[in-house]
Amino acid sequence: MKRTSFVLLLSVSLAGCQGWQSALDAHGPAARTLADMFWIFTAVLGTVWVLTLGALLLALRRRRAAGTDPLATNPAIERRMTVVVSTAIGMTFLTVLALTGISYGGQRVLYGHKDGTLTLLVTGRQWWWQIMYEDPQPNRVFTTANEIHIPVGEPVLIKLESADVIHSFWIPNLTGKMDAITGRQNQIQIQADRPGVYRGQCAEFCGLQHAHMGMLVIAETKEDFERWRNNQIASAKPPSNPEQQRGMEIFLSKPCVMCHQIRGTDAGGKIAPDLTHVGSRRYIAAGTLETTRGNIAAWIIDPHGIKPGVNMPTIQLEPDEVQPLVSFLEGLK
Amino acid sequence: MRILLITSLTVLTLTACEREDREYRANPVTAESEEKIALSPLSAGPNPPFERRSGMGQDYEENAFHVSQGKKLYVWFNCNGCHANGGGGSGPPLMDDRWSYGGQIENIVQTIREGRPNGMPSFRGRIPDDQIWQIAAYVRSMGRYVSKDVASGRNDDMHPAPAEQRRPPGQMIDGGQVPNSALMPQ
Repeated sequence: MKRTSFVLLLSVSLAGCQGWQSALDAHGPAARTLADMFWIFTAVLGTVWVLTLGALLLALRRRRAAGTDPLATNPAIERRMTVVVSTAIGMTFLTVLALTGISYGGQRVLYGHKDGTLTLLVTGRQWWWQIMYEDPQPNRVFTTANEIHIPVGEPVLIKLESADVIHSFWIPNLTGKMDAITGRQNQIQIQADRPGVYRGQCAEFCGLQHAHMGMLVIAETKEDFERWRNNQIASAKPPSNPEQQRGMEIFLSKPCVMCHQIRGTDAGGKIAPDLTHVGSRRYIAAGTLETTRGNIAAWIIDPHGIKPGVNMPTIQLEPDEVQPLVSFLEGLK
Repeated sequence: MRILLITSLTVLTLTACEREDREYRANPVTAESEEKIALSPLSAGPNPPFERRSGMGQDYEENAFHVSQGKKLYVWFNCNGCHANGGGGSGPPLMDDRWSYGGQIENIVQTIREGRPNGMPSFRGRIPDDQIWQIAAYVRSMGRYVSKDVASGRNDDMHPAPAEQRRPPGQMIDGGQVPNSALMPQ
């Protein structure tokens, strides 16, 4: 029983080393630098810890012979002790110097920005991420939420801002944390080596739903990325069947339009996530629910049951209005 | 004796934990509240006009959480596009003491919900009922018709006027009447 629980505990702690949200499972240059530094520091400091405790144990076990004069000095022993203590001080100095050097080198890698073509403006909001893809051509600028797509192998510059309180942008598999602070702009660069889906999370306590403020970074090939980007730039597709048509009418006549935007319709709110292509995103409510019909319906009917305190209000809907509305939103691919 | 003292002190301290309720989730089944208000104190007959107020306004206007939510929504829904930060622009000022359509919270709710002539749009069906009440509660706090502990503190960004909390308590003048103090000296 004891052994089973030990193995279980060990495997649980080892599970943190891998996965789509793990700083030790590095998939980009910045994350690799951080993981390397983590292992170097762990190894060096672990060794220092073991040596120090060994010396302490040795000192505790060895006793002075009984009956000797405590004030008597032996020049040979004194000399030997001076040598040992000086060596220890010298080694401490060298270790700290070496670790400082490694740390400095790591920071150079983390904060030195390479030239890339893609720049994103990410704004932290209570409790979701607004993502704007910048482009020299104004008609190719677009806004989305909670899901970042990047081409593999290219450095992507992320400008970080906040609309309300301090948030912190963190994609453990790709890079370290960077705060999003009101009234100023921080910058961080991410790069993925191979295609994959990585999860990110707000890493600075920002209020009630801080824990449910996640995002996804999807790294894909250049062709897939361009296809995705061209789809996102386009306006929402018109409803394809009568049910979706009715859903759009319901959306446009309800409080939804005060906060949400769907490009290509009259809904132009800029406070809540852009829903132009909400059906194409894997999660809704900032990484909280998978995008399924049932989850969209649950979120519209009772957002506060899922994320208490969230800014999405409970709205008055007739029972027969839910299905068309969900059908319309799900169809916004 | 000592135990009694400690116990009573502990109980007293614990009472401070619940200053007020934060109600995040409005009741999803209630329809719009029905407010019957009169815009004029005059009535055809011996009695004043008939009014019916639901009384739910009290829960909103004396609740600091609702007032601060209202302050946020005031900006989000672009109230400051016309009313600025209460000083008025193309819409009338909200932090002064004159209330063309009445300064009770029910009147303000009806003003937001139904709109008013000459420019105030109707937000019926656009803003959920509980948020209309929150905005109305905030509008009342702009002229400090609420107690000091309910009104909002200062903004984080640049503020054009003292925080609602620090304004002097207001004197309400209903119906757009001009007070003597505001008349030009003859």
